[in-house]
Amino acid sequence: MIIDSQRITLDTKSEHVHGHGVGDHLYVHKHSIVHDLPAQVKVVAAIGFIFIVVLTPVHAVWAFALYLSMMFMVVGLAKLHFPLVLRRMLIEIPFVIFAVLMPFFGSAPRIEVLGISLSEAGLWAAFGILAKGTIGVITSVTLAATTRARDLLQGLEAIRVPAVLIQIATFMLRYSAVVTNDLARMKVARESRGFSATGIKHWKVLAHSAGALFIRSYERGERVHLAMLARGYNGTIIDLYKPTVVQRDWLIALVLPVLAITIMTIAWVRL
Amino acid sequence: MTSNSSLEVKGLAYAYPDGNQALFGVNLNIERGERVALLGPNGAGKTTLVMHLNGILKAGLGSVAVGGLEVNTESKETLQEIRQRVGIVFQDPDDQLFMPTVREDIAFGPINMGITGSDLEDRVMEALVLVGMTDYADRPPHHLSFGQRRRVAVATVLAMKPEILVLDEPSSNLDPASRRELADILRSLDVTLLMVTHDLPYALELCPRSVILSQGTIVADGNTFDILCNAALMAENRLELPVGFEPRK
Repeated sequence: MIIDSQRITLDTKSEHVHGHGVGDHLYVHKHSIVHDLPAQVKVVAAIGFIFIVVLTPVHAVWAFALYLSMMFMVVGLAKLHFPLVLRRMLIEIPFVIFAVLMPFFGSAPRIEVLGISLSEAGLWAAFGILAKGTIGVITSVTLAATTRARDLLQGLEAIRVPAVLIQIATFMLRYSAVVTNDLARMKVARESRGFSATGIKHWKVLAHSAGALFIRSYERGERVHLAMLARGYNGTIIDLYKPTVVQRDWLIALVLPVLAITIMTIAWVRL
Repeated sequence: MTSNSSLEVKGLAYAYPDGNQALFGVNLNIERGERVALLGPNGAGKTTLVMHLNGILKAGLGSVAVGGLEVNTESKETLQEIRQRVGIVFQDPDDQLFMPTVREDIAFGPINMGITGSDLEDRVMEALVLVGMTDYADRPPHHLSFGQRRRVAVATVLAMKPEILVLDEPSSNLDPASRRELADILRSLDVTLLMVTHDLPYALELCPRSVILSQGTIVADGNTFDILCNAALMAENRLELPVGFEPRK
């Protein structure tokens, strides 16, 4: 009855992780000065920087070159791999397509480039979208890669983003893993009955799955809410662990927007 | 090994992509028509083993054969045939039931096997009769009780006429009456059955044979009554009978 099985051990490799929470797939675990800054400081610096970039006159091409090199320096300080950052910047592509179309439809005066008549104003507008968009995206990508999702939410709370929005985002973060697991188990159950989605004729099945998942998630939401009420929830969630910020953190983080504001001022003056 | 085996698992080892190894060489042979309980503590690798039986997971080492056909995750045709032969009833019926009505959900598997027309209707009705749910054919699954949903989930798999029926925790969350009704249904089926469960009285009631999976290998295989009476073996594998329960043959 009792069996003494021979144990077969497979070759496996595992990587350096500290056990990050759910929803942290954008976070890149590194130990760097950028990672160590408190979230709200980084959020303020990033948003401030992006605003200044947007307010800079389009014709000051040199200013945008400086902004971009500043962000490259931040990426370097954060010890992020450039290929990874570039790959994540692909999210910008729809805007790039829009920008590329602008010179063709913009107003006069028109100029000839390689035999094609293009609108000069359209070209500048396209450059503006491309430059400001790219710098904005690289800033956001860097922020997301160096800040845990949970810390980011606490940071937003610290800079007075409405509590309801924070709570919605917090629950999204908490339950995205649960819903993803539901989805994965439903997929396994479908495949076990011989289904594999290969084309448009299978969309109906996928749509039914999505509907079923919606009902499940909605009902779970109601149960969670009831369970919260049962423990005395009255609309506010108090955070036990507030991140501490020291003056030095602000001084480091604000280097970026302060440099940017200087560049922007020079750009406007020289215009 | 005889050609009459429904399921033949040989030296099956598997590690998850994160490097966590779950199975360390599982050997298991189940004859056609047997009813076997797969016992073991949480984290023993039971679910991982089940996921190999129909090729959802790809074996790291070793092999699985169902009714003589070896599971080959590379070949689409083989995989389709294997998934018809292995019917898995998952623990949470809500993972399994997703179509607007019970009838459509039961038809889902057979349609994937290429069955249509009156054959399809026959299959659906047959499966509904087997689990005693004919009156509920046109109801949406989410309006049924949990016990009814579990029975419909069994029907969705029976409609595929599997070689072996695999049930993951079939008695979990059922009230005693639903639990007994499901036992009656399972006993009445003419099919090989592998039942993953922590409900040891249920295993004793339904399965003459049990195997214990512990830390990724089969550590015991034999008569269910003998296993449940072996206190040392049970304790070693974190298995416990409910308080006051005395196994009887």
